[in-house]
Amino acid sequence: MSLDTVKNAEQTPDAAQPWAELGLKEDEYARIREILGRRPTGAELAMYSVMWSEHCSYKSSKIHLKQFGEKAPKNDAMLVGIGENAGVVDVGQGYAVTFKVESHNHPSYIEPYQGAATGIGGIVRDILAMGARPVAVMDPLRFGAADHPDTRRVLPGIVAGIGGYGNCLGLPNIGGEVVFDSCYQGNPLVNALCVGVMKHEDIHLAKASGPGNKVILYGARTGGDGIGGVSVLASETFDATGPAKRPAVQVGDPFQEKLLIECTLEIFKEDLVAGIQDLGGAGLSCATSELASAGTGGMKIELDTVPLRDHTLSPEEILMSESQERMCAIVEPGKVERFLEICEKWDVIATVIGEVTDGERLEIFWHGELVVDVPPRTVAHEGPTYQRPYARPSWQDALQADAPTAERLARPATGAELKDALLKVAGSPNQASKAWITDQYDRYVLGNTVLASPEDSGMIRIDEETNLGVSVATDGNGRYAKLDPYTGAQLALAEAYRNVAAGGAKPLAVSDCLNFGSPEDPDVMWQFAEATRGLADACQVLGTPVTGGNVSLYNQTGEVAIHPTPVVAVLGVIDDVTRRTPVAFAEEGQLLYLLGDTADELGGSAWSQVVHDHLGGLPPKVDLQREKLLGDILIAASRDGMIDAAHDLSDGGLAQALVESCLKGGNGARVVVPEGLDPFVFLFSESAGRAVVAVPRSEELRFNDMCGARGLPATRIGVVDGDALEVQGQFTVTLAELRDAHTGVIEALLA
Amino acid sequence: MTTRVGVVTFPGSLDDRDAQRAVRLAGAEPVALWHRDKDLHQVDAVVLPGGFSYGDYLRCGAISRFSPVMDTIIEQAKLGMPVLGICNGFQVLCESHLLPGALTRNDSLHFICRDQKLRIENADTAWTRDYSAGQEIVVPLKNGEGRFVADEHVLDELEGEGRIVARYLDVNPNGSYRDIAGITNAAGNVVGLMPHPEHAVEPLTGPTTEGLGFFTSVLKQLVNA
Repeated sequence: MSLDTVKNAEQTPDAAQPWAELGLKEDEYARIREILGRRPTGAELAMYSVMWSEHCSYKSSKIHLKQFGEKAPKNDAMLVGIGENAGVVDVGQGYAVTFKVESHNHPSYIEPYQGAATGIGGIVRDILAMGARPVAVMDPLRFGAADHPDTRRVLPGIVAGIGGYGNCLGLPNIGGEVVFDSCYQGNPLVNALCVGVMKHEDIHLAKASGPGNKVILYGARTGGDGIGGVSVLASETFDATGPAKRPAVQVGDPFQEKLLIECTLEIFKEDLVAGIQDLGGAGLSCATSELASAGTGGMKIELDTVPLRDHTLSPEEILMSESQERMCAIVEPGKVERFLEICEKWDVIATVIGEVTDGERLEIFWHGELVVDVPPRTVAHEGPTYQRPYARPSWQDALQADAPTAERLARPATGAELKDALLKVAGSPNQASKAWITDQYDRYVLGNTVLASPEDSGMIRIDEETNLGVSVATDGNGRYAKLDPYTGAQLALAEAYRNVAAGGAKPLAVSDCLNFGSPEDPDVMWQFAEATRGLADACQVLGTPVTGGNVSLYNQTGEVAIHPTPVVAVLGVIDDVTRRTPVAFAEEGQLLYLLGDTADELGGSAWSQVVHDHLGGLPPKVDLQREKLLGDILIAASRDGMIDAAHDLSDGGLAQALVESCLKGGNGARVVVPEGLDPFVFLFSESAGRAVVAVPRSEELRFNDMCGARGLPATRIGVVDGDALEVQGQFTVTLAELRDAHTGVIEALLA
Repeated sequence: MTTRVGVVTFPGSLDDRDAQRAVRLAGAEPVALWHRDKDLHQVDAVVLPGGFSYGDYLRCGAISRFSPVMDTIIEQAKLGMPVLGICNGFQVLCESHLLPGALTRNDSLHFICRDQKLRIENADTAWTRDYSAGQEIVVPLKNGEGRFVADEHVLDELEGEGRIVARYLDVNPNGSYRDIAGITNAAGNVVGLMPHPEHAVEPLTGPTTEGLGFFTSVLKQLVNA
């Protein structure tokens, strides 16, 4: 194939181009021609198609995502907001923390190991590009039914990929989620989160300014992997009769990434970069156009200088390649030599591939011939925007009307039946111990892990002298969101907020990964609109702004979409990590208090799923002021030593929280059902805004006074004691029975 | 004079900062050593930390073994300098033939991270003097290729000469022959250990502080020497 230069494009305006195959719509192609005043070259077409894909341009979602900025609560801690690689939050003592959660859903279904591995790699580079040292990762995961044969293919591969990449990178994996639901059968959700820490003065941004500054590409060589990954994978659903898509998935090399991290941090330390961007989806197309667009606008690239793994690659392919472990830096000419020296020290290949110009065009040359000549903003930031139609689904009312009342779903009535239900829930794949999975991740490396899975949140010490730390929790409940996406998104936020507070940290900021079906389906688009509206409203009340995140659409097989699944990550700060509160009931004799109000709220509950395979009614109500108050109490009690254990109540209700805290601490508990409360509702309701805490006897008075003064309902429900969980007057279940039910479940299903 | 303990960083070393912290908490001065630098900078002992040096490509430890710094370490180890190899460092020591045997893929075929109970079998090495023989400790274990293997003859020799430093208790997490978690050379100055004592040095971040003994042991050994 001959080279399609700009000159050639001007001379052959009517040459047929494969815009449709590249995922562009007819009007989008027409707009490109209008912008350029001619037909695009092949390389330009490749760039526009990949940058205007749903994945890169957020064309269906951005009109809704705007709310996160418009409704953002005023928060003095925000140093960098939405729009950069990741948001940055001030955590005090001169430290700043950056964090972000992203999806790698589609690649992980096609090739579980590499899909999940490169998901970690991508998010880690985003954090690195902000100037931060990555310090921890987390993985919220969702799979199809636990006993489905394909889950046996997908899950072990994804878990091994996360472990294989993250462990080799030397980042502790401190939490996340594992959820099974048949709605994710053909669309597992593999979200990945990374947290990074830096000093305020080290914040770096992705922009190319200063004409004459050099553009340096460093890291791995560019190969043929992941070509078209972005536009192909994010724009279509999987079709059994379609072409094989395996080559579109990238292959990761965590060793190279580890070198890239250390090399980049050393480069930052010597203040050698003016701007920096990682190469992720859309590779060089994205990095060059975004850097130029965010800077002064002009950039010149000699594409034939890019180091290649495969010398047969065409300019179009080099621009689209998603080869992993690459970064692009803008460096002043006087600093180039030192930059290259540091790369050499770490055995990292670095090449000057171009420079910033004083023009306003991104010009890319291939052996001296101009193949791309575009205004970079039109590629990176001025892609199409869709106002997709949306409407409340016709089935929504019927779903909500099908409430799990006592008449509709038989409830356990006797002590024996309650015990049976408790064991069933605790031993169901969603509520069972995830140790088989999390034990494949290194949680110790770097030596600063204070809390890790199965704690409510993951917590990392960031200063060994002062004991300053940060904590992160991720939560999402697709069942709640299916019943009511507005409330479901708020519940996800409320739970993550509560989990962070339960550990003793003060919630500061939010990152979200919005996993939905096809935006072309008005039902799905309504779910998306409702969920974003709910999340933005709740962030406003809780005072925790969204700092960034990611949208994953087209998670559906045929006409059937996944449950709307907004996954929310909350970042918190704790002044002294030695004051953290774990979930374990570690001390016999301590008093158990239930904080918050319990109502008959079983819609979308774990019990309704496990025992009746039912989904209907409304999710639990959200009271954000109450969440805030509960959070304040948990943080104050942790700081002042009034509680020694705390566990948030969510799926599975109090029953599940007691099981987990007893098993973790190796102690039983004696519990009394409060007067006026139905034992079943007491144990299995999923009312939000609640936690169970263990209070040392010496602190009871002080703790009660605090809750009383602040108006938070606190009910003494029992005591940590013995080697059984006893619900007085109902049943007793030994720790051994609980352990039998709760552990070994996942490995048995996968064996 | 403060005792100086070097910690080598190979490309892909991960627990190097953790080993430095453990050295510091034990009361010695950690010295960062670089794989390309033959000079040991007057250190009194060396720790080869955990990680995935060179990505574990080819074979764990097989490439690091040829790095310039290892030439000097091998030479000094033979002259009696205390050397502790943890996890990947153990693999490097086996590849260097400072210790016998090899570490292969876990029998479960999975990476495993758990709090592991060990029994200290030999409290006479440079790195275990602060323990008593038979003492049980819990430290983190995290590896994908931690299964110690050797032929029967070598295993018998290790047993016979008391060169098994630590054994797994309760659970053998990776299928190591004879539950071996760590071994020493005949002189007792070179120790290889698959579990990670450097992750059990602070109550806040480790399951116990029972790993600190490895680092205080070498300190005493050097002060008394």
